Amino acid sequence: METRARHFKANAAAALANPVLQANLKTSKSKFVDKRAIAIQELDDFEGTREAAKNIRDRVLNNLDLWLEKFEETATARGATVLWAKDSAEICRHVVDIGRRHNVKKAAKSKSMLSEEASLNRALEAAGIQPVETDLGEYILQINDNEAPSHIIAPVVHKSLDEVADLFHATHKTPRKTEISALTREAREVLRPHFLSADMGISGGNFLVAETGSVALVTNEGNGRMVTTLPRVHVVITGIEKVIPTLEDLALLMRLLPRSATGQSISNYVSVLTGVKQPEESDGPEHLYFILVDNGRADVVGSEFHDMLRCIRCGACMNHCPVYQTIGGHAYGWVYPGPMGAILTPLYTGLENAIDLPHASTLCNQCGVVCPVKIPLPELLRKLREKQVDGNLRPLFERLALKAWAWVAGYPMLYGMATWFGVRYLKWLADGKSSIPILGAAPEWSVGRNFPAPEGKTFREMYAKKKGKQ
Amino acid sequence: MRVALFVTCLVDLMRPRIGFAAIELLEAAGCEVEVPASQTCCGQPAWNSGDHAAAAALAKKVIAEFEGSAYVVVPSGSCADHIRNEYPKILSSDADAEWHARAVALASRVYELTDFLVNVAHLETLPGKFAGSVTYHDSCAGLRSLGIKDQPRALLGKLPDVELKEMKAAEECCGFGGTFSVKFGDISAAIAARKCTNACATGAQVIVGGDLGCLLNIEGKLRRMGDQTTRVMHIAEVLVAKE
Repeated sequence: METRARHFKANAAAALANPVLQANLKTSKSKFVDKRAIAIQELDDFEGTREAAKNIRDRVLNNLDLWLEKFEETATARGATVLWAKDSAEICRHVVDIGRRHNVKKAAKSKSMLSEEASLNRALEAAGIQPVETDLGEYILQINDNEAPSHIIAPVVHKSLDEVADLFHATHKTPRKTEISALTREAREVLRPHFLSADMGISGGNFLVAETGSVALVTNEGNGRMVTTLPRVHVVITGIEKVIPTLEDLALLMRLLPRSATGQSISNYVSVLTGVKQPEESDGPEHLYFILVDNGRADVVGSEFHDMLRCIRCGACMNHCPVYQTIGGHAYGWVYPGPMGAILTPLYTGLENAIDLPHASTLCNQCGVVCPVKIPLPELLRKLREKQVDGNLRPLFERLALKAWAWVAGYPMLYGMATWFGVRYLKWLADGKSSIPILGAAPEWSVGRNFPAPEGKTFREMYAKKKGKQ
Repeated sequence: MRVALFVTCLVDLMRPRIGFAAIELLEAAGCEVEVPASQTCCGQPAWNSGDHAAAAALAKKVIAEFEGSAYVVVPSGSCADHIRNEYPKILSSDADAEWHARAVALASRVYELTDFLVNVAHLETLPGKFAGSVTYHDSCAGLRSLGIKDQPRALLGKLPDVELKEMKAAEECCGFGGTFSVKFGDISAAIAARKCTNACATGAQVIVGGDLGCLLNIEGKLRRMGDQTTRVMHIAEVLVAKE
């Protein structure tokens, strides 16, 4: 996907001015946050489980090449083909090649964020293969002129029921419905023939299990099962970091993933798919391909951002982020929103293409506290800021202001003089009132709030005077 | 018990009375308080902005000024957390083993004010007698990095005429975020609006917190929203208030 992350400020301003989005963010926040809080109480030892999950992920990531080889070996033994993709273009080339090889006219898709990274639908259409999104949220986005998802597990969380009703009415040429159950039934009726006629199924993968060569899929709608079992060909597209060692590890991670994501004890469907259809089996694909994608990940392995690769894509960090809750996912400008997106976007699309994102956080650490695999998200955001400074990527004014302030703070006398003047200037600005409506020195502050007036003297001068008297 | 007060740059500039209130509370707890005159800022803005060199220079300055003290008390969870938990990272053992050791040695003696009063100095009787209803905002760094949650409430509980009315989502960020507030003013203020709405819904007369940055943010938003009556006070001010 083309990144619009460099327009973060403008994107955020538009989001703040969008009343429908603001209302939707409010309802979705309470749903995600409250349900998760209840769900994690079901675990006897949530913190211990987090630690164990972190260790499972670390075990793989510290020897990622070996585990990938192991996965390739076991998956291949079960009749699958493992392909490697360096970047988005290579993902698209592989999928189109597979489509041509098997004479595919239509591809039914289950949710895959990797296909968003690669803008796969566009490539398929250009190659004469019709892509049909079958995840309800993704389907809504597809019929809305291929709109981008705004959340990794709830892609249309930014849309209201009314908007979906209008969209279905206009696209399906059916009477307008506003009952959720009627809308989902309509989507099912539209999608069912596509499942049956698709030649190829494309899915993501929540985990790749090295010991068995399986892909684990965590879904709620059931479309994932149809996409992966009905068509002749199944293509799994996942990042190289998604490998875990064993099925037992999967069981542990599954205690955390649905609870952290949607607040469910378990998702409606958990599928573990292994190999191609065997002679005695009644369903399953005749051809199974895994496309394991780098697209920036390999460079992160062993770097100071290595911990980010533990991510299991639950979305808890964004659901709990005060910034995400305020502006939604589209403002972040690429595939992944929220704190994890503010780290992944600069890492995968270039530091210079997402200058604002690492700063778009109050570092409140709510994300770090809820992350099921204990990724120190605020620390990684701060490290990205450091990389920007080291690479001279920050605006000149900000760099100079910071340097000047830090220099003055190093000399107590000078600092005392600067604050002596500063506090009097602020007091003068307040003009006898309790707060200053417009702060020229930091205009962003007063966009939406006043600046409280200072007392009028600095602590250091008052304290020195008091000590002098004693 | 000898205690050094780290005033913080915001208190120095904006609300000196918080510094004096902290001294009064520490003295009431039987401490002998010294205020190193050369102190300026802990360097957190530099560190959070990615300027490692500036953050390291200021960290060394603070360590040199305060390492001779048995305890360092800070009327801010955010600054206390920075000195306690970030200095050893800023001055890493790979870069300079000696400074790292000095940072670590200081870290364990740095306390946020309410934490120190409750858990180290065991303050029993408060010098103030504030009366009124209050709601408490839990600031992020204090809460999530230092575990400051019960300490301020325990102290408020010692004031017989204070009624604590807990707000919804007291643990959620107020949107300040240091330089975040001047980089993304509109987002920051929108988050602050939620905090103000939740705080005001309690009907409390005073919004209380332990970090001046958050309090300036909340007060500034309240005034912009047209609320001229709800007061915003630092916990130290409340605990010494004679009203």
